[in-house]
Amino acid sequence: MKTATPAERFSSPLWRDRALAASALSEIERLADVAAAKTGGQVNFMEVCGTHTMAIAASGMRRLFPKTLRMLSGPGCPVCVTSQGDIDRVLALAAVPGAIITTFGDMLKVKGSKGLDLNSMRERGADVRVVYSPLDAVALAAAEPARQVIFIGVGFETTAPVIGGAVARAKKAGLKNFSSTAFFKLVPPALELLLSDPENRIHGFMLPGHVSAIIGLEPYRFVAEKYRVPCVVTGFEPLDILAGIDMLLKQVVAGKPSVEDEYFRAVRAGGNPAARKLMEEVFSVCAASWRAIGTVDATGLEFSKAYAAFDAVKRFRIPYSDAPEPKGCLCGKILLGKALPPDCPLFGKTCTPSSAVGPCMVSSEGACAAWFKYGD
Amino acid sequence: MCLAVPGKITAVTDNNAEVDFSGVKRAVSLDLVPDAKKNDYVLVHAGFAIQVLEPLEAQETLKLFKEIYGKAHGGAVSGPLSHIKP
Repeated sequence: MKTATPAERFSSPLWRDRALAASALSEIERLADVAAAKTGGQVNFMEVCGTHTMAIAASGMRRLFPKTLRMLSGPGCPVCVTSQGDIDRVLALAAVPGAIITTFGDMLKVKGSKGLDLNSMRERGADVRVVYSPLDAVALAAAEPARQVIFIGVGFETTAPVIGGAVARAKKAGLKNFSSTAFFKLVPPALELLLSDPENRIHGFMLPGHVSAIIGLEPYRFVAEKYRVPCVVTGFEPLDILAGIDMLLKQVVAGKPSVEDEYFRAVRAGGNPAARKLMEEVFSVCAASWRAIGTVDATGLEFSKAYAAFDAVKRFRIPYSDAPEPKGCLCGKILLGKALPPDCPLFGKTCTPSSAVGPCMVSSEGACAAWFKYGD
Repeated sequence: MCLAVPGKITAVTDNNAEVDFSGVKRAVSLDLVPDAKKNDYVLVHAGFAIQVLEPLEAQETLKLFKEIYGKAHGGAVSGPLSHIKP
């Protein structure tokens, strides 16, 4: 192989080599049958990251997988796992008079229990702005001292330190008109929720590359040791994903579950200590409410005491109330790996990306949206 | 949502960097990667660098792919990816 320049090493073409992918697929085909014989005829792996869901769907590799291998999309899309009650709180914040709501674009179309979303709140006069970074929201608060600027913070361990970093900068700058929600979820406890379900039938986890870039490998150790389920932290290029599946299959075949790192160009065993330190300073572990699962202790992050003044929900006294899932929607089962998008009676009929019922269709990286856009 | 994009740091001022994403330059915070320096490759998520990337390890991964998948599989157990270090 010719030596790539450093820039080329991170660019796409080298990671999409057709011949290597074909060879990896034939290895997957061979191993899947061996692994399936050990798992009762079917091997189920789950990715727990919306970016993986999209990468798998966009590459078209799903239809090249052997029938004995099934990739399930787990609770890895932050918009999808946010409870209906928390979505209602986002919409209540958008109704605060004079406030500017800043958000990542994927929250705009998620409907609350009354059928409204941030887009329709905007049509009713709310000031809702999409930002690329929470730092843009902090800059806006500095530029508009007479207005309250609220950032809609949702996400996993990748996004929490980023929003924590923005809040820390706001605190340093003495900004009194900036606040954020902290509807953060933690990946390792989500895995434990899935694994402790007696109906669990997941034989391996493709672990999220960018969450792991922050938290490292250690927090997943219990998956392999306590539950005997293989884990591979995986990158996002097609060859990364095929290699990740190959590594998972090899663990199943060998009967030796462990936590491996395919994405070691970005993920160190110890993760990112500076990011974790900041996350621990700004947030503390709390109970979080998950769509379809309910409120579970120690599965999310809220603002720590030192940063409680930046909690938008507290500042504007927004109460939480449980709200039912949309009727007929299978998002909950899909998030738990118990159903695939086409199993849902609404999929592609009343629920499409342009008129979505459930969050897995609303979010561009939801399992249903990926399935609808790219097919199986 | 956890999308992160690699780019090269072209300038650093305090905790802020200018990062080149294949020709497009953006301001990026280095608050989460305090040791990052000019010419480093970083993974950027929502305006913050979240990790320094290792070009040599990227090269190593590509080399492993080539070694492992570059030859046809004859059914026997070929070099597993397990030698990718955990």
